[in-house]
Amino acid sequence: MKRDLVVIGGGPAGLAAAIEAKKNGIDDILILERDKRLGGILQQCIHNGFGLHIFKEQLTGPEYAQRFIDEVEKLGIEYKLDTMVLHLSENKHITALNPKDGIIEIDAKAVILAMGCRERTRGALNIPGSRPAGVFTAGAAQRFVNMEGYMVGKKVVILGSGDIGLIMARRMTLEGAEVKMVVELMPYSTGLKRNIVQCLEDFDIPLLFNHTVTRIHGRERLEGVTIAKVDENRRPIEGTEQYIECDTLLLSVGLIPENELSREANINLNSVTSGAYVNELMETSVDGIFACGNVVHVHDLVDYVTEESFLAGYGAAKYIKGEYIKNEKGFFTKTGFGIRYVVPNRINPQNVKDKVNFYMRVNDVYHNVDLVVRDGDKIIYKVRRNHVSPGEMESVKLSKDVLREVKSCELVFALEEVAK
Amino acid sequence: MIKKMTCISCPLGCQLEVEVGENIKVSGNKCKRGEEYAKNEITNPKRIITSTVKVEGGDKPLVSVKTDREIPKDMIFEIMKEINKIKAVAPIQIGDVIIENVLGTGANVVATAKINGA
Repeated sequence: MKRDLVVIGGGPAGLAAAIEAKKNGIDDILILERDKRLGGILQQCIHNGFGLHIFKEQLTGPEYAQRFIDEVEKLGIEYKLDTMVLHLSENKHITALNPKDGIIEIDAKAVILAMGCRERTRGALNIPGSRPAGVFTAGAAQRFVNMEGYMVGKKVVILGSGDIGLIMARRMTLEGAEVKMVVELMPYSTGLKRNIVQCLEDFDIPLLFNHTVTRIHGRERLEGVTIAKVDENRRPIEGTEQYIECDTLLLSVGLIPENELSREANINLNSVTSGAYVNELMETSVDGIFACGNVVHVHDLVDYVTEESFLAGYGAAKYIKGEYIKNEKGFFTKTGFGIRYVVPNRINPQNVKDKVNFYMRVNDVYHNVDLVVRDGDKIIYKVRRNHVSPGEMESVKLSKDVLREVKSCELVFALEEVAK
Repeated sequence: MIKKMTCISCPLGCQLEVEVGENIKVSGNKCKRGEEYAKNEITNPKRIITSTVKVEGGDKPLVSVKTDREIPKDMIFEIMKEINKIKAVAPIQIGDVIIENVLGTGANVVATAKINGA
């Protein structure tokens, strides 16, 4: 079949992108979702704190998702559930599969990638030891507990202090499990501060920095883990090992954008974010293939995913209508001191609607710094930051008028020490 | 008695030391919001609870729920017991009251997801 726009993924990114494309005049849209319902990972995030930026109120994950699902239904946007995309080619041919239609072949005028990310697993960490039941990624455990109705264990150790790990520490505690500790390899947490306070400190759950799990014990079921302190090179220090009895180990050790399809389509990926390089309208390096949300870079807040995805939907609509200006004008974004990455990577101001939100992460914890954007020698934006951390994404808004005035071929985002 | 806590009014996360006696004295805060936060946490700490409730006759086994206002922090586990006792019957809409005025707190436990009949 032929479609104007195919959106791969029906989570927060895909839903927002489809809605915005529809509102910008594209009627022939198809969303392909692998799960049995729309909404993506939000459906298992039953805690609140979503939507403060977009809706100015605190919503739970399912409530946030439902607002977009209702809108998709109201606008009459078509979607297929339980549908797995197997292949995507550079010329926007999609092969998908579901139990009802069998193999589906689609030629799309434009494609939006909204596949999200997945969790790093035990295999990615190479933790030595046996292979008993009871070792889960935190998100898998969250799905079991919150959606399927299975408690995954009684005595729990959590490795990694990312937000999902912190949220699951509270959730398991509320459901009657004993969460013994959260163990973090780094000297800081990548989780949000409010989660450390309300998920750990509220329940007196210890958080051990500079520690890791060095061995997994047990034959059928997990019986315990060995933890150890690590040195500045993140290597376990001999003699600091401690045995902790537990029947469950949850891993919250990072998320990886899910870009298998992007690779098949020969899209250029950024090795720092593991997501695609994108431009001012969230288009990837391949003509007519756009991307948004956690498949581009991992966000802290779904609100930012929504914002970014509206832009991708707007971009894809412009592309399909032939209103998208393609030329070599514009500039690249580059990272300077202290900044690990910045998205988007290429800007042609002619296509910018009114502003561009630049999202970035710093590479370490810094205090009292200026976040500076330079066009050559000229500072075009500067903001004071008392505290920045890799766990909290930074964003900078630059208006179309400011972007039009950029003279050099690179815009550099960097941290600078505050002059004393 | 001195209590240590982390202020969550902003990402800075000041480490507060709170002297609890006749008067509450707060130190370690870099702004006024820290003092306010600490006083609330000492005198009347409150939280929203989110959890799940079993569903009968629905297309999904569970419905997610929340308290529709903050409840006293020291009642979290008692309220969890109430939430785990009950079953909800499909169909369910977002905002449907699952438990009214739970344990006399004035807060209702309401559904946060939509469940269709099986």
